[in-house]
Amino acid sequence: MALLQVRGLKVAYGGIRAVRGIDLDVDDGELVCLIGANGAGKSSTLRGITGLVHASGEIRLAGKRLGGLPTHAIAREGVALVPEGRGIFARLQVWENLAMGAYARRDKGVDEDLARVYELFPRLAERRQQIAGTLSGGEQQMLAIGRALMSRPRLLLLDEPSMGLAPLMVRKIYDTIQAIARQGVTILLVEQNAHLALQVSARAYVMESGGITLAGTSGELASDPAIQAAYLGS
Amino acid sequence: MDIFIQQLINGLVLGSIYALVALGYTMVYGILELINFAHGEVTMIGAMVALAVIGAIAGSALDLPGLLVVLAGVLVAIPACMLLGFTIEKVAYRPLRRAPRLAPLITAIGVSIVLQNSAMLIWGRQYVSFPPLIPQNSHEILGAHITDLQIFIILLSTLIMAGLWLLVQQSTLGRAMRATAQSKEVAALMGVNVDRVISATFLIGSALAAIAGVMVSAYYGLAHYYMGFMLGLKAFSAAVLGGIGNIAGAMLGGLLLGVIEALGAGYIGDLTGGFLGSHYQDVFAFFVLILVLVFRPSGLLGERVASRA
Ligand SMILES: Nc1ncnc2c1ncn2[C@@H]1O[C@H](COP(=O)(O)OP(=O)(O)OP(=O)(O)O)[C@@H](O)[C@H]1O
Ligand SMILES: [Mg+2]
Repeated sequence: MALLQVRGLKVAYGGIRAVRGIDLDVDDGELVCLIGANGAGKSSTLRGITGLVHASGEIRLAGKRLGGLPTHAIAREGVALVPEGRGIFARLQVWENLAMGAYARRDKGVDEDLARVYELFPRLAERRQQIAGTLSGGEQQMLAIGRALMSRPRLLLLDEPSMGLAPLMVRKIYDTIQAIARQGVTILLVEQNAHLALQVSARAYVMESGGITLAGTSGELASDPAIQAAYLGS
Repeated sequence: MDIFIQQLINGLVLGSIYALVALGYTMVYGILELINFAHGEVTMIGAMVALAVIGAIAGSALDLPGLLVVLAGVLVAIPACMLLGFTIEKVAYRPLRRAPRLAPLITAIGVSIVLQNSAMLIWGRQYVSFPPLIPQNSHEILGAHITDLQIFIILLSTLIMAGLWLLVQQSTLGRAMRATAQSKEVAALMGVNVDRVISATFLIGSALAAIAGVMVSAYYGLAHYYMGFMLGLKAFSAAVLGGIGNIAGAMLGGLLLGVIEALGAGYIGDLTGGFLGSHYQDVFAFFVLILVLVFRPSGLLGERVASRA
């Protein structure tokens, strides 16, 4: 059974139906991506899964229902979201942001994970006392990802980690995402940049106006002429 | 007697009390962006409850040392106010968390009126006097007088504020409070139970209010169902002066406002050739509030970086 199992997920804002009943699976240890144009409903899907917006349908993590739980309880089940726009605590120091990532943890491995995050992002280690709001955009993205890792998530949800970053930094962030995936973390990656997302993921879903229109292995989708025309610009 | 030093001392005493109350306003504002107008009334309830306990013990056959009686009053007032603050948030503000900002603000004013009138029904309209349990030893320094009570108020407030500062800056709860103040959504994504953090904020603010209420009634020797109004307004002004939402700002604003008020009251007679007397003291707080709102609306230590991640 899939680690994340979503069935008939619907999210609506008043009269606007942003997500119209989608099915989605992410297996343990998989890196799956969800691509689609602006306004397709990708962020709404992630916000629905994490309980930030009211969602109907069924959401299960390793068989356990998450639907209806408050966001903090879903986080404690092991779901970490790096939100669109990063959502770092701008007035907290870098290390305090990372400590917030481990807020719900009571185990002894926190220091170890902190060392691992600093190893993954040496730039954060150099800036551990810096006020997070003064970091560059790329550093903030590293911090947001590092903070999510500090919770030792069973499922990591990433919402457009490449947004607003220069190509070199995008490359760096994506290398790190792949490294994290190789360490066995299950990832659902949301991206507009289909090219990048299809390169790093094993499977992909394509979303359009609130519904999933295509699903398959990333290789298949990357060579699909319709996808090439619509998302890969070739 | 040196009037400057004397008024400085008086101002610091009053300012310490303002600071304790201002902290309650600023912490709640920091997290909910709500001006909890009922906070002054929580302070009043603290004074009233403590006085009721003190009066009951002092009037009974028990022959306890005066300071022990006062301590008993404080120890009852603190949990009473904490329960009150917790309940106000849960019953009056929580259901309005997603409502337009005006709704909880008006509710706060409503809660304040309810508390005032309840206090009037329970304890009456008359002033309740603080029994003479606290020794009034006075010391002379630099040509001014300072009483034991004044020294005690300044020391205890300083200790409490240092403790609060440590809690907010160093503890896990404090970090969660600061994170929640920046983004409730992201804090929840970290596993923070935001409702609990908000409750904790009200509990802490109300405990400080209880202590401040007892201090002010011991200092002036009386309490009254209406006392929370002016005290609350001044503490709110102090919070705005320091930069509302900023904890160090509330401490600084409280102390500054107390000193400005006391110096103003001390010199206004001379400055106006005796035309205005020291009973114009209250004017200064609001004069300062207006100046701050005009020239530096974000307050002395207020956020200059508007960016919210
Ligand atoms: N808070 C909201 N209130 C009302 N409508 C919203 C809200 N959030 C999103 N929507 C609408 O829901 C639809 C889906 O938005 P969503 O943010 O999920 O898209 P997206 O796929 O993440 O887009 P992007 O790639 O631009 O981030 C859009 O039409 C958007 O306008
Ligand atoms: Mg989005």
